[in-house]
Amino acid sequence: MIVEGKQKIWADYQKDIPDDHYYYVRSCIRQSFFPASEVTFLDITRNKLGKDFYENPYHTTCGGIAYHSDSIPQETAMTIIARQFALMHESGYENYVCSCITSFGCYTETLETWHEFPELEDRIRQYLWDSCKKEFAKPKYLAHSSDIIYKFRHEIAKQAKYKLVNVKTGKPLKVVEHIGCHYSKMFPSKGFGGAEYPHVLVGMVEAWGGEVVDYPERRHCCGFGFRQYLIQANRGYSVSNTHKKFESMEPYEPDLIITNCPGCPYFLDRWQYVIAEQTGKTYSKNGYGIPALTYEEVAGLVLGYNPWDLGLQIHQVAIEPLLEKMGVEYDPKAKYKGINNKDLGTPENPINIKLI
Amino acid sequence: MFFNIPNFKKKGGEKVSEVKTDESNEFKGHLYEKLQEDYRVKEGLKACMNCGVCTAVCPAAEFYRYNPKNIVNIVQRKNEDELEALLKSDTIWYCGECMSCVTRCPRANAPGLIIMALRKLAMESGYYMESEKGRQQYVLVKDLCNNILTKGYCVYPRHFGYEEHKEFGTVGKWICENLDDIHKRLGSNLDGDGPGGLRKIPQESLDQLKNIFDVTGATKLMNKVLDDAHQQAQKENLSDEDYFKKVYTINNSNKHLNIG
Repeated sequence: MIVEGKQKIWADYQKDIPDDHYYYVRSCIRQSFFPASEVTFLDITRNKLGKDFYENPYHTTCGGIAYHSDSIPQETAMTIIARQFALMHESGYENYVCSCITSFGCYTETLETWHEFPELEDRIRQYLWDSCKKEFAKPKYLAHSSDIIYKFRHEIAKQAKYKLVNVKTGKPLKVVEHIGCHYSKMFPSKGFGGAEYPHVLVGMVEAWGGEVVDYPERRHCCGFGFRQYLIQANRGYSVSNTHKKFESMEPYEPDLIITNCPGCPYFLDRWQYVIAEQTGKTYSKNGYGIPALTYEEVAGLVLGYNPWDLGLQIHQVAIEPLLEKMGVEYDPKAKYKGINNKDLGTPENPINIKLI
Repeated sequence: MFFNIPNFKKKGGEKVSEVKTDESNEFKGHLYEKLQEDYRVKEGLKACMNCGVCTAVCPAAEFYRYNPKNIVNIVQRKNEDELEALLKSDTIWYCGECMSCVTRCPRANAPGLIIMALRKLAMESGYYMESEKGRQQYVLVKDLCNNILTKGYCVYPRHFGYEEHKEFGTVGKWICENLDDIHKRLGSNLDGDGPGGLRKIPQESLDQLKNIFDVTGATKLMNKVLDDAHQQAQKENLSDEDYFKKVYTINNSNKHLNIG
């Protein structure tokens, strides 16, 4: 890899992002499958970094999954988005940050389409008034929440308790970074590093001591494909694409995968279980598989959060081998406990991929 | 996908409309004209030079018998018969909308956006009912619109059942069995008031989403899809619920897969 050349390309895809005062909107998938990640993001930004991130309880889905499952018209998705912008304006904010990559793509597509076709923006403005009696102002700045952690990655490194380093060997952990397709494939200039060399996760990995794995299918989709997962009959598409990625990354023996899209870590985690149970194959020598984490979980680990507060027990791929490599202190007995140490039982051990 | 959701359909007793797939279809002969009204075609179709890079990078083209270049070609040729056949086929439903094609196209076309416009037209014209993959829209529209209108979210964990998602794994099964305790442990505000993850969306906001659906055409499209499915279920002597399960699971894979 010619690093200088890539750095030159990355330089063309940098964006200045505001330092503070954000209007935060949640992700349907992240809050359902990785709820602690949003809790961690807000704790890091508000309490570790001292920033203002406001959440308005009246905000809703952006409709993005329905839009990309072709279940609602484009005008409907745009009007829901216009309502979200109106709520931001009413709350007194101008910087909009979303937790979801599908949302980030939808917001970007909406703003770019309105820019190109102002008459459509006018029509949506009228739809919003007719349906909600609201008026919107477009955000002065639109960010994905991973952009924020990227921006403050060095501050996080300064507060770090652990590094992405194998404490036994002293070598950097080998990290696969997986970018959600809708972060920058549609509008490369809106993402750090563009679509070809996205830097948003690379920057975090390198700032926290890890080494990024460059493998052939690095930019391949995780396989969600909206209707290709949501319909049971179509799920072969989804697992096949994940399989393709794992076959491609396997020779590099990654220690973990970091993602910025809420859906990708679910698929990269759960399809490893399915592949293992169907074929007997796991993608790590120890038989546990490769942990696929959200960037909030990785930031939380680095900052010394309790792994079970981060929700690492709700991944199917066991996290303990990574904790051991990083030297993270944890209580194995607390893994599957509820609040006040409530006994919630334990998940069954799968046949082929080790869990407990 | 979410069998344990409350039943959600049009109020009973309404007469369902006929699926127009014959000569009486008002869209017949006007498909290209209709497509051009869609902003995704205005944005997504400039001038395709048939290089095939979109197909080379496409995750769907590797898995299904699918070639986005050919689809763009058909639209570009403006041939109404070819367009009609395309809208009636499984082909347009193979795309995963990852938009990898958009990055790669050297002429700034967006085959993924063109697909989205074709799918909408297939649903409006009723042609989607002629393909196995097209008929799956019933499941998606019913569940996703239900989640948006009743919960304010596209995905809602109480509607994500383990039995329909065995890939959720042994940990997923444990999560489903301890949903409230786990979300509480991890800081969710599941179905609670105020801010926080998975909070109960205020009724005022849900009412506004319903109004948006009514004003922007989502309600009309949703009702059409539910009507079409109900009518098809009757033709097949199935209850709506059994038809839903059939559409959700049936997979004539030999026809679809890029194998052999």
